[in-house]
Amino acid sequence: MSTFGTVQTWLPRFQGTRLAPPATRGLRAFLRRRSIVAFLMCLPLILIIGSLVAYPAFYSIYLSMLNKAQTRFIGLGNFRFLLSRDVFWMVVQQTIIFACSAVLFKALIGLVTAHLINNLPSKGQRKWRGMLLVPWVIPLALSSLGWWWLFDPTHSAFNWIVTGLGYGEIPWLSDPYWARFSVILVNVWYGAPFFLIMYLAALKSVPEQLYEAAAVDGANAWQKFRYITLPMMRNIIAITVLFSLIVTFSNFDIVQIMTGGGPRNMTHVFATYAFMLGIRSGDLPLGAAASLFMFPILAVGAIFILNGVRKRGREIG
Amino acid sequence: MSATAIGMRAGPSFVFRASLRRNRRWALITSYVSLVIFAIFFLIPPYYMVVTSLKSDAEVAHMKTNPWIIADGVTLDQFRLLLTQTDFLIFFRNTAIVTVCVVAITMVVSVLAAFSLGRMKFWGSSILATGIFLTYLVPDTLLFIPLFQIVKALGLLNSYWGMVLVYPTLTVPFCTWIMIGYFQSIPKELDEAALIDGANHLQMLTKIFIPVALPGIIAAAIFAFTVSWAAFVYPMAFLYSADQQVLTVGTVTSLIRGDVYKWGMLMAGALLAAAPPLVIYAFLMDYYIAGLTAGATKG
Repeated sequence: MSTFGTVQTWLPRFQGTRLAPPATRGLRAFLRRRSIVAFLMCLPLILIIGSLVAYPAFYSIYLSMLNKAQTRFIGLGNFRFLLSRDVFWMVVQQTIIFACSAVLFKALIGLVTAHLINNLPSKGQRKWRGMLLVPWVIPLALSSLGWWWLFDPTHSAFNWIVTGLGYGEIPWLSDPYWARFSVILVNVWYGAPFFLIMYLAALKSVPEQLYEAAAVDGANAWQKFRYITLPMMRNIIAITVLFSLIVTFSNFDIVQIMTGGGPRNMTHVFATYAFMLGIRSGDLPLGAAASLFMFPILAVGAIFILNGVRKRGREIG
Repeated sequence: MSATAIGMRAGPSFVFRASLRRNRRWALITSYVSLVIFAIFFLIPPYYMVVTSLKSDAEVAHMKTNPWIIADGVTLDQFRLLLTQTDFLIFFRNTAIVTVCVVAITMVVSVLAAFSLGRMKFWGSSILATGIFLTYLVPDTLLFIPLFQIVKALGLLNSYWGMVLVYPTLTVPFCTWIMIGYFQSIPKELDEAALIDGANHLQMLTKIFIPVALPGIIAAAIFAFTVSWAAFVYPMAFLYSADQQVLTVGTVTSLIRGDVYKWGMLMAGALLAAAPPLVIYAFLMDYYIAGLTAGATKG
C-alpha cells in the first residue's frame, strides 16, 4: 500500500521536471485539491465564528434599533435615550476610571514583580512565579465571592485589622467611592499576575550580553532598565497593556458579584449596565445598545494590538 | 557613555567587585522582602477562603476572635453540608459535562483549522487568520444579548447544552491562533518527506503535526478547559434553574438563600469549584504558562 502510494505521488513530480505543460496542469489540479481540503478543514471554524460571533455582532446592531417588545423599528431611539440619561454617563465615566486605573496598577505591579523574580537565583524563580500566578488561575467569579466576603459589611476581616489599628470601619462596598476602589482593587489583584507572566517571558528574551556590556560601561540598575529592558520590551508591554485594557473594559464578573452596580449605580461598567437593562429588566434592544457603546473603543484597541503582534512576529522571525 | 566607561575601568577592580557583590546581596534581600509583600497581597483571598471554609458556623458568625485564624477548631461541616444539602454536585456535574464537550469541540475545530491556515494556505486564508485573532478580542459581554436571542430561538435557553454551543466562541479563536503559531514552527522538510512517502493531508496531520506540536496542543487544551470552567457571563444570562446551572453562577447565586449568608459553606463551595483549574495548574504549570504567553509571542 505504501509503496504504491510512493510511486503514485512521486511519479508526476518526476515527470514535471522534464515536461512543462502536463506538469503545470497536474500541479494546478494538485493545488486545487489541496486548497479545497484546506478550506474544508477550516469550515467548522468558519461556521462557529460566522454564526456565533459575526452574525450576533451584526444582529446586535439591528436589535438595538428595535423597541422593547421588538415589534417596531425605532432607529437610533435607544441610543438617544441612553445618551440623555445621567446614569449612562456615569457608567461611561466609571468604566473609563475602572479600566484605566486598573490597567495602570496591573502593569506597574506586573513589571515590578517580574523584575523581582528575574533577579532571584534561577532555581527559586519557578516557585515564586507559581505562587504569584494563583489569582489568575482561580475562576474570577469564585475569587470575587471570596473578596466579597473579605469586604462583608459586618464581618469584614479587613475591618478587623483596621479597627485593631484604631481607625474606624471602612464601608468597603456600601460607600460609592470605596466601592469603586474595591472593585478596582480586585481587578488589579486578578490581572497583575498576567502582566507578571508576560513581562517575565519578555525579560527572559532580552540577551544577557546587553546587560553585561552595560555593566562594563558602568551603567546602574535604573540605566539598564531605562536603556535596555524598556526598549527591548516596548512591544510586548504595548500588546499586554492594550489586551488588558480590552479585557478590563469589558469586565463583568467582579462588579456583578460584589456590588451589582450599586450603590446608587456608581460602580456599573458597560457590561453590568447592559446586563441590567437587557436581561434583568428584559429590554434586550436597550441592553444591546448599551453594550454596543463598547465597540468603538474595543475596535481601536484591537487594531493597535494586531499591529503590535504583527511587528513582534516579524521581529522574532 | 564612553567617559564613564573609562572612569570605571580606571578604578581599582577589587573594590568594584566587592561592592558589586554587596550590592547584589542587598538587591537579593530587597527582592525577597518585596516579593513576600506581593505574595501576601496575592494570596490573602485564597487563604481567607480556606480558613473560613474550615470554621464552624458559630465561629464565622460571632466576631470575638481573630477572623484570620481558626480559633474554635477545624471542622469539615461546611463541606459536608455543601455536598449533602445543596445542589452543588449537580452544578459540578453540569460544569464537567459542558467543559469536556467544549474542550473536545475546541480541539477538533482549532487543530483542523490551524493546520489548514498554518500550512496549507488557500484563497483568503491570511485574511481568515487575521479575522480569527480579531474574533478573539470580541468580548463575551458584547455578544451575550444577541446570543440570548439566538439561544432562545434554538430552544436552548436554560439548558447547559446551550453553553456547549456558545462557549466555543470564547475558546476556538485563541486556541486556533496559538496552534497556527505552533504548526508554523514545524520545519517544512517534515511534511515534504511525508508527502513523498505518500501520506495524505489527514495522515500528515495525525502522524506528524499532532505528535510534534503536542506541547502546544496541551497548552491550548488547558486554556480551553480553564476558560470554559470559569465562564460566567453566558450562564448568568442564559441559565436560571438549579438543575441546569453551572458551578460559577450556581455557587455565587443559588447557594445564597434569603438574607442569611452561610459564608463557611459558600467559601467551601468556591474552593471546591476552583479546585480543578488549580490542580491542573499545579501539575501542568509550564504548559499553562506557555498557553498564556503564546498569544503575544507567537505571531
